[in-house]
Amino acid sequence: MTSAIKIVVPTPLRQYTEGLESIEIEAGSVGEALRQLITRYEPLRNHLYSEDGRLRDFVNVYLNEEDIRYLEREETDVKEGDEIRIIPSIAGGSPPRPPRPPPSATQTSAAELSLEEVRRYSRHLIMPEVGMEGQKKLKSARVLIVGAGGLGSPASLYLAAAGVGTLGLVDFDVVEYSNLQRQILHGTKDVGRSKLDSARERLQDINPEIEIETHDARLGSDNALGILGGYDIIVDGTDNFPTRYLVNDACVLLGRPNVYGSIFRFEGQVSIFDARSGPCYRCLYQEPPPPGLVPSCAEGGVLGVLPGIVGALQANEAIKLILGAGDSLVGRLLLVDALRIRFRELKLRKDPDCPICGIEPTITELIDYEAFCGIREAAMEQQNRATGIPHLTVNEVKKKLDRGDPFRIIDVREPHEWDICHIEGAELIPLGDLPASLNTLDSAEELVIHCRSGSRSAYAVELLRQAGFAKVYNMAGGILAWSDDIDPSLPKY
Amino acid sequence: MEVKQVKVKSLFFASYRDLIGTDELVVDLPEGSTVADLTSVVRARAGRERLPDVVVTAVNQEYASSEKELRNGDEVAFIPPVAGG
Repeated sequence: MTSAIKIVVPTPLRQYTEGLESIEIEAGSVGEALRQLITRYEPLRNHLYSEDGRLRDFVNVYLNEEDIRYLEREETDVKEGDEIRIIPSIAGGSPPRPPRPPPSATQTSAAELSLEEVRRYSRHLIMPEVGMEGQKKLKSARVLIVGAGGLGSPASLYLAAAGVGTLGLVDFDVVEYSNLQRQILHGTKDVGRSKLDSARERLQDINPEIEIETHDARLGSDNALGILGGYDIIVDGTDNFPTRYLVNDACVLLGRPNVYGSIFRFEGQVSIFDARSGPCYRCLYQEPPPPGLVPSCAEGGVLGVLPGIVGALQANEAIKLILGAGDSLVGRLLLVDALRIRFRELKLRKDPDCPICGIEPTITELIDYEAFCGIREAAMEQQNRATGIPHLTVNEVKKKLDRGDPFRIIDVREPHEWDICHIEGAELIPLGDLPASLNTLDSAEELVIHCRSGSRSAYAVELLRQAGFAKVYNMAGGILAWSDDIDPSLPKY
Repeated sequence: MEVKQVKVKSLFFASYRDLIGTDELVVDLPEGSTVADLTSVVRARAGRERLPDVVVTAVNQEYASSEKELRNGDEVAFIPPVAGG
């Protein structure tokens, strides 16, 4: 006996189905439906089945929102109106989930809440906007958080606590001391440990009822569709422009909402980019800023509590999307200013000329995002600049000091950086004040210029050389190198 | 003949605030000026670091293209891209 059912094809595979996103098929079981599909669209066979005719491990098949691995796999019977979804998953990422034990009388099905869960979520259940129905929606939801850092910490903590049934996390980093000021997923004992391990332990402690899926990978064009495609909602907590554009493009191609947040010093931005109903990130920022123009948190600093505010707003938006409650931030950009404590909102518009979600998209697959953002060129340029200008190593500078050579050390960092640490005998002239301070320097003198890591001072050396100073040298590696090689008592920041 | 002027308020956020050195700037422009004209005035004020070629702006809290003509009393927000997380 066969029934009329529908197979939903994910975006990356639609090139093999003549662009069709769903295909009607008459079949009696999931396996039969899939076999008919690959007979009709032969090139799909290779993508779904291995040579020995088994469904490939990284292909997830869902029957009406349930993974068939938890049903009768390919033998699962289908009935009229059923929907089969193919979700290409992690190309060699996290291990396959262990099969769930067969349901018994004491266990509840995925959509039901256990007694413990009812007790745990009681403050949700008594609100009509959530209630039993909403809590079950949360339990069935799959949310992916990209980056287990500043934004990913509060977002994942709240989503786990709220009972989002499956939380995915992507990261490849280890916990560092300088993360602890804001990345509250991780503790002092976790320094040196993988962020994913630390996050899993913390989240599972908050809520053992949920599933945590970790993807230990640097998100890139090769794995983004596979990883993101396995989730309903994506929370973007990354820290760089190439990954921001990658997450946006993958969400547009997959038709997923991107709950976006970003932070800088005291200010943040929050929105939902959902190209199906509103603008995407590219509608707002057509092109990335030139590298180096917008400082990262590592360069510009960030108030520790700011990602707490912005990440919690992202969690709130994700929960509302799951519940279908309230007004979402689709089409609105929220600007958060923690210093002046002001919230502003801008209306965004979908750009009909948007290269990925516009009327005639020119981007139809993931691209090279490092190249798009000019990252490699910038690194080479910086390298060329660093090697092209006269410099001394910290050891050479130390020897000159010890010999009592006549020369001056000019520190071009900011006064608040000087307060953290400075080299004995150096003079502070912040880079911005340098052009106006040229008259305090003597072009006959030898000058050694340093900053934190060597790039601001390289700029200063160029500036001084152009102003006619001939005996000017950059101290390579800056005060960080000084701390490493000369005086470890200087704190590194 | 005297050219009529419009007065517009520019607001700067995050890294643009540092670039321009202030969070608010009132600029007088000849009538008929566009967001692009205001952007060049602002660009000239940025120091060593420059504004990117493409700047995202919102006029009166609504995303606006660079061709948009400015009226007296408009508020123009300059929204920098922010990547930190």
